Amino acid sequence: MPETLIPDDLHYSEHDEWARADGERVVVGITDYAQQQLGDVVFVELPLVGSIVTGGEPFGVIESVKAVSDLYAPFSGEVTLVNDALVARPELVNQDCYGEGWMVVVRPAGDATGGLLDAAAYAKFVDQRSA
Amino acid sequence: MTELRRTPLAALHERLGARMVPFAGFAMPVSYTSIIDEHRAARETAALFDVSHMGQIALEGAAAAACADHLCSRAMSTLAPGRVRYALLCNDAGGVVDDLTVYRTGDDAFLLCVNAANLAGDRAWIERHAPGGVAVRDESDATGLLALQGPASAAILAEVDGAALGELRRFRFARAEVAGRRVLASRTGYTGADGFELYCDAGDAAPLFEALLDAGREHGLRPAGLGARDTLRLEAALPLYGQELDGETSPLEAGLGRFLELDRDFVGAAAIRHRRHAGAARALVGFEVTGRGIARSGYPVLAAGEIAGRVTSGAPSPTLGRAIGLAYVPPAHAAIGTPLEIEVRGRAIPARVVETPFVSGKVAGRPTG
Repeated sequence: MPETLIPDDLHYSEHDEWARADGERVVVGITDYAQQQLGDVVFVELPLVGSIVTGGEPFGVIESVKAVSDLYAPFSGEVTLVNDALVARPELVNQDCYGEGWMVVVRPAGDATGGLLDAAAYAKFVDQRSA
Repeated sequence: MTELRRTPLAALHERLGARMVPFAGFAMPVSYTSIIDEHRAARETAALFDVSHMGQIALEGAAAAACADHLCSRAMSTLAPGRVRYALLCNDAGGVVDDLTVYRTGDDAFLLCVNAANLAGDRAWIERHAPGGVAVRDESDATGLLALQGPASAAILAEVDGAALGELRRFRFARAEVAGRRVLASRTGYTGADGFELYCDAGDAAPLFEALLDAGREHGLRPAGLGARDTLRLEAALPLYGQELDGETSPLEAGLGRFLELDRDFVGAAAIRHRRHAGAARALVGFEVTGRGIARSGYPVLAAGEIAGRVTSGAPSPTLGRAIGLAYVPPAHAAIGTPLEIEVRGRAIPARVVETPFVSGKVAGRPTG
């Protein structure tokens, strides 16, 4: 399996989402491992700005050529920004999942990253599933 | 994957980094790099598929031609040696047992290439309907099958002593030696592109696949998996047994009337004629999604606001850049341009009936779709 990129400065969920905390703005996307597993991303369905998302619950849908998968909110909060670039260019998720492939910005209702994994723990989690 | 069967190329696929999935009881590559890249290779340069999981059944004997005539929706006694014909095996309810290609390999010999998932059922069906004096031989395990598809196919074969095969017209075949291996090569395929299907001894399949990859590198040849095979055949609007075709579905409803010779008596002909007389309950149409979303197999189709059918196959089309699909709808809603809606996760997304094939070409004087 090709190497998967797991940046040190992010937090991760067991649904293969990442979160980058910046005060009240927490940016969320899917990890390199997730985009590799999915293959070519052809469609992303994201909530509207103002939507409330619940930690551990689906908040959107991501489609590859052959499959439909749920996107899970890593924590609870309100969506304040949505990456509209993914409408015309869903392949950004494959090309730059931690950068231009970001999905939503969420204002957390409580603690955003306390319940999430750090890079080392996520790397272990990925290894377990690749074995 | 330990209970799955493996084609002679399974180890090679794994070495090439393919993602393997179960298909018809076999471990098969769904893609090597990206389904979209592999699909584009078949449209723009060339793609090489392992389809060794498919079934090959030989019919031999003085009564083989009559047997093939009796079983197939089109006459095979009229098929000249060196030619291939697509046809259907039908059942007594007027539904489809399988779709297949038939090769006239000799005066008293035919090779039937059938879907992997239906091999056991087809063998039993053929044996049941074969008269005495016809040998029915399952050669699937002894046979490897590669599909080389795309505009560069003939040029690639020329690199490995197969230049003469470039002269083959569509739906013709010849025996040849390619990269030192004996093959039966036909100008056929399931992608809507120009290309060849190469039948070989199982033991030659992996060396032949590797030789073609080497020879094809400069021509842009990519190994391609079942994911791309499915998006390619969908663009060509070719039916897939289990989705567009099954034991209950009339081939007339599937739009396959040109592969039925209903003035002949073959197994199922009477039932199909009866159903034709009663009038079609539904028609298979191609559609494109005009709103935002992807239609997939099983999704409900709405016509005039009411549920009218289901999507049989649907996917994003890499060539067209939009979502396309096939669905059965009432004949009143089958005209080109008819607005439909596809229910995607509870929302009705607009779509429109379009002409099929969605993507087409012409090869050696015959349409590829």
